[in-house]
Amino acid sequence: MSFMDYRLREAPTGLRKVLHLNWPLVVLIAAVCSVGILMLYSIAGGDFDVWAKRQAQVFGVGMALMFVVAMVPIWFWKNLSGVAYLVAFILLIFVEIMGETNMGAQRWIDLGFMQFQPSEMMKFTLVMVLATYYDWLDSKQTSHPLYVLIAVLLIVLPTVLVLMQPNLGTSLMLLLGGATVMFAAGVSLWYFAGVAALGVAAIAGVFLTRGTPWQFLLDYQYRRIDTFLDPTSDPLGAGYNIIQAQIALGSGGWSGKGFMQGTQSRLNFLPEKHTDFIFTTLAEEFGFVGAFTLLMLYALIIGFGIVAALQNRDRFSSLLIVGVVANFFFYIAVNLSMVMGMAPVVGVPLPLLSYGGSALLVILVGFGLVQSAHVHRPR
Amino acid sequence: MKRVTRETEEAARKVTRRTLMLGGAMASMVAILGARMRYLQVDEADTFKLMAEENRINIRLIAPDRGLIQDRNGKVIAANEQNYRVVFTREGSDNVALVFQRLAGLIPMTAEDVTRNIEAVQSLGAYVPVIVAERLSWDDFSKVALNAPALPGVNTEMGLSRFYPLDRDFAHVVGYVGPVSERDLEGIDTPDPLLKIPKFQIGKTGVEKWLEDTLRGSAGSRRIEVNSAGRVMRELDREEGVPGTDIRLTIDAEVQNFAQARLGEESAAVVVMDVTNGDLICIASSPAFDPNLFVRGISHTDYNALMEHDHRPLANKTVSGAYPPGSTFKMVTAMAALEAGVATPGDQVSCPGYIDLGGRRFHCWSRSGHGRVTLDRSLRESCDVYYYEMAQRVGIDRIAEMGRKLGLGQRFDIPMSAIVDGILPNKAWKQERYKEDWVIGDTINASIGQGFVLTTPLQLAVMTARLATGRAVVPRLVHAVDDREVPVAEAPPLGLTAEHLAGVLDGMFQVVNDERGTAFSSRIVEPAMIMAGKTGTSQVRNITVAERDSGVISNVDLPWNRRDHALFVGYAPYDAPRYAISVVVEHGGGGSTVAAPIGRDVLLRALAGGLPPLEAYPASQRGRIETMLQELPLRDPVTGLVPDRIRA
Repeated sequence: MSFMDYRLREAPTGLRKVLHLNWPLVVLIAAVCSVGILMLYSIAGGDFDVWAKRQAQVFGVGMALMFVVAMVPIWFWKNLSGVAYLVAFILLIFVEIMGETNMGAQRWIDLGFMQFQPSEMMKFTLVMVLATYYDWLDSKQTSHPLYVLIAVLLIVLPTVLVLMQPNLGTSLMLLLGGATVMFAAGVSLWYFAGVAALGVAAIAGVFLTRGTPWQFLLDYQYRRIDTFLDPTSDPLGAGYNIIQAQIALGSGGWSGKGFMQGTQSRLNFLPEKHTDFIFTTLAEEFGFVGAFTLLMLYALIIGFGIVAALQNRDRFSSLLIVGVVANFFFYIAVNLSMVMGMAPVVGVPLPLLSYGGSALLVILVGFGLVQSAHVHRPR
Repeated sequence: MKRVTRETEEAARKVTRRTLMLGGAMASMVAILGARMRYLQVDEADTFKLMAEENRINIRLIAPDRGLIQDRNGKVIAANEQNYRVVFTREGSDNVALVFQRLAGLIPMTAEDVTRNIEAVQSLGAYVPVIVAERLSWDDFSKVALNAPALPGVNTEMGLSRFYPLDRDFAHVVGYVGPVSERDLEGIDTPDPLLKIPKFQIGKTGVEKWLEDTLRGSAGSRRIEVNSAGRVMRELDREEGVPGTDIRLTIDAEVQNFAQARLGEESAAVVVMDVTNGDLICIASSPAFDPNLFVRGISHTDYNALMEHDHRPLANKTVSGAYPPGSTFKMVTAMAALEAGVATPGDQVSCPGYIDLGGRRFHCWSRSGHGRVTLDRSLRESCDVYYYEMAQRVGIDRIAEMGRKLGLGQRFDIPMSAIVDGILPNKAWKQERYKEDWVIGDTINASIGQGFVLTTPLQLAVMTARLATGRAVVPRLVHAVDDREVPVAEAPPLGLTAEHLAGVLDGMFQVVNDERGTAFSSRIVEPAMIMAGKTGTSQVRNITVAERDSGVISNVDLPWNRRDHALFVGYAPYDAPRYAISVVVEHGGGGSTVAAPIGRDVLLRALAGGLPPLEAYPASQRGRIETMLQELPLRDPVTGLVPDRIRA
């Protein structure tokens, strides 16, 4: 499909595009980011310079980038998606080799002002390339095994590279994000059911063979799984983080201990409190009211995203928006499940809140694409 | 355009359908997350709040200041001194070895100390403070404090520790404190939480032990906030404890010091008692030891030296030492006979130097005999046969009864350790103890304070005080608690006939003041301080017939531990009794030559309120006494220091 398919005359041009941005999304994102900066200020013990300042700077740069990306017509990005995917893929291989020769396991490229992680770039280029792929594919062929295989390869190849880094969290996100685009594109539910069945069988196999000579995993790996499932079995070791996180959350109560008054956070009982576990500090200091408000802000962002996808009659744009929003959602769901003790601890940050430059930048660029798709949607 | 076909419309509807499904799934997940949030933060909030508080709040006890122990004039016997400590926390330092190397350059620390401390530090948690040096001088302490920036992890602390400024003078009376041991905790159901403070000191012996509850005070507490590493962040609140109560003893520290010095290195005991109220003015046991050694943790070498010393410095001979009282017991026999009405003070007994009884011959110390003896002479010249006769007349049971009345064979309730009862034998006692019948020979031996009779120096002092006053004086050691004087009731009369008492006291007067008396050379010539008393020399071995025939071996020719015990009891002034004294010198030889002079000197010291005045001594002895007094290693009343001689 070429850009000629869009009804150009009806798309806004020039500065008028700004009026057609999805402003609720912009405001919601800015609001969540502000909360994040505030929390980083609190976690540093009232010091702006430690984390908050840098996060604010990245936020500024990211918002600017979001607007720039949004101003560029979506068909430009669509035509770029294949190239972008290839570049990200090559960079992934490049850091893999660098990491091994350097012994330092360096998974990022130093851009001088910030460190750039190709795995972060892969997050949205994968969504872009899949959306492009399904836009190109004849809709009758969507569930054809060959074409499903091609999509699966597009997802699995970068996922394996990221998994080798090793980065379990990001590879999981790539897998889930890609699968969601496939799902939205209309791939037969039987495939998903099959994968789910295989997964259940594999898990069952792992547990059922335990203790037999042909068990799937080594004993210590089983023990790790035990701690995953019941953190209280090792309260000072692997279970420590998750127990302390729940204490922080629970002790926040209804209205919280007050800004900068979180004892769990301030006295260092909380692990990774400025990155993966930042939600615990927020929940401790602002209680259920604060935590639930944040959850609702996230839900609104997702909701506005879904609505934007539904409004958009362009197949590529819809799939792209669904992919970006799903990615965003999975990060939130996995992170919150983890800190609330509903899922094992995997290193997944909380989008827009956790400290981390490239992750924040990638999310904002991702929403830039969503905005671009929204502004330039067929009318 | 080719795109607007039925297929593309169908495909678009499919995307919409799938997107809606996704949205629904996401909404469900959001609902689950919200529910979980509600569960943790609303339903279970109280549980987690408690856990968070437990995480961050520790309660630490504050040890109260231990009560002081003072002498009757307020002189401090047991004090609390500032203990300057250096503690080290590994958390604060990257290079433990370097820090200790620097520390060793500042304060006295041997290479062994350094190794031991590094091991201790490594074996404990990173945030646990470890005491690496204690009892530093102020100079060393300041050096460490000043160099703190170069000593990461090192902190200086001040605490209180027990200190006995009069060291050995009160070792047996006051005892000492030490860290709580498992044994200390055994008998207590609900131990004071203070006892669980590491290195908390409690009384181990003596007054420190028996008045522990009064001296200890009660714990204060502080609630502190700690971080995840256990480091103290801040103090939330603090409740001061109640310091222990000060105790003032009846003892006069200067008299005590004089007595200790006068006893020198003899294995001996002296007790001085105020006969008017029972106050123990001096209760000295020799040799003594420095209780501070125990507080600081005594070394094996020092402890073994104390344990193996044949003069038993650790034993408190005043209350734990039970000795045959010898002739000092004669007043008991005499009083028993007089009160029983079997004799009068004027009755005469003939002493041929021995009596034969039940196939045995019992000797008087004077082989030639004393001739005709009355009560006063029997005491003055310590005639044994007189008492053999009296004992036969009155019988052992009434002698024992009189001994008990006068304070023997019983334990007095004073806060000291290892008090013994002594033995005041009678027929029933022997039957129970040895399953044997009492025989007349036992009575004969007991009548002169030999045989089964055992008394402690404290009991002998009480006996003397009771004779001197005719009242049931009870010894006491605590003069005031928290500056409130402990009331003392006037002792009830013993109910002894005044005439009989006067006869015995007259005899005791003649012992010291008649030129034929056994303690005449220890008389006091100052009219206001005239002393009365009785000497005693008690055998610790049997003298065989063969030895008696060939001449009893003189004490100086015997090994130390076979020599006789020397005893003396007395009181002064004779006409208005104030102080009673008892002296026991283990294996000292004769009561008149060894014990009586000590008794006189110490009594004079108590009466004079200063060094014994030379005028109180017979003129012929003054030169010798003056030299002796000058050479006594007395503690300087101002500096509290003892001349070096005694330490050597």
